[in-house]
Amino acid sequence: MNAQTTLERSVAHGVFTVERTYPSVTPQRVYDAFATEAGKDAWFSGPNEAWDIVERKFDFRVGGRERLVGKWKTGMVTEFDATYFDVVPGERIVYAYEMRIDGRKISVSLATFEFKAAGAGAKLIMTEQGAFLDGYDDAGSRERGSREIVDKLSAYLEG
Amino acid sequence: MPAAGADLDLMFQALADPTRRAMVERLGRGPTSVSDLAQPFAMSLPAVVQHLAVLEASGLVASEKVGRVRTCRMEPAAFSLAEQWINQRRTDWERRLDRLGEHLRQHPQGEPK
Repeated sequence: MNAQTTLERSVAHGVFTVERTYPSVTPQRVYDAFATEAGKDAWFSGPNEAWDIVERKFDFRVGGRERLVGKWKTGMVTEFDATYFDVVPGERIVYAYEMRIDGRKISVSLATFEFKAAGAGAKLIMTEQGAFLDGYDDAGSRERGSREIVDKLSAYLEG
Repeated sequence: MPAAGADLDLMFQALADPTRRAMVERLGRGPTSVSDLAQPFAMSLPAVVQHLAVLEASGLVASEKVGRVRTCRMEPAAFSLAEQWINQRRTDWERRLDRLGEHLRQHPQGEPK
């Protein structure tokens, strides 16, 4: 065991929803971008200059698993592991997933995606309910973390 | 778990203004006096103080008066570590779903062969 085992254990529960409306495409088209590896790779996993994909599995069906391991240019390794629990073609996807950073488990979450018609386009409603674990408490200071989130908020607002 | 949604609303309101974002960016580099903070902006000191009040109300920034000088700094306690990570996760998803939007715009009929 290493020094990480001395971390104070904690868990925080969080829920958030992100909605997007995509004009001129059907809900089925949006769903297909989740249901096929080519579709999902186009937006979920990269290609991204900041990281390389180390491992990829994609088995889209109820009970199927998805796995994505990436190594960032900084050396950080992130792991995404999901199991699909509910698949309603063109309408809904529910999967549970865990995230690890450098082997430390940082969260276990339930992600729900609802695909709806919105005028001539499609509306996507994504909800994540998560248990966010102690494992994220790395060497980073609270202040640095605050700055990062502020940077992200600023970038988002300017985006 | 505090009401993250409400906190986020205040923070987004505070950061919706370019002057306040510039102030946050400046404070991100370290604490500073109000007059130094005001210096780059073409506005009166009271106007700067008003912006500062919005940032303080959002919990992003704290200030403290020592003698005649009021010093402002980022308030890391505004975000618990867990909130930072939850907000970051949300931001990650927002970016992904924006990338998805761009992908759908380019390939409205289906994945490219």
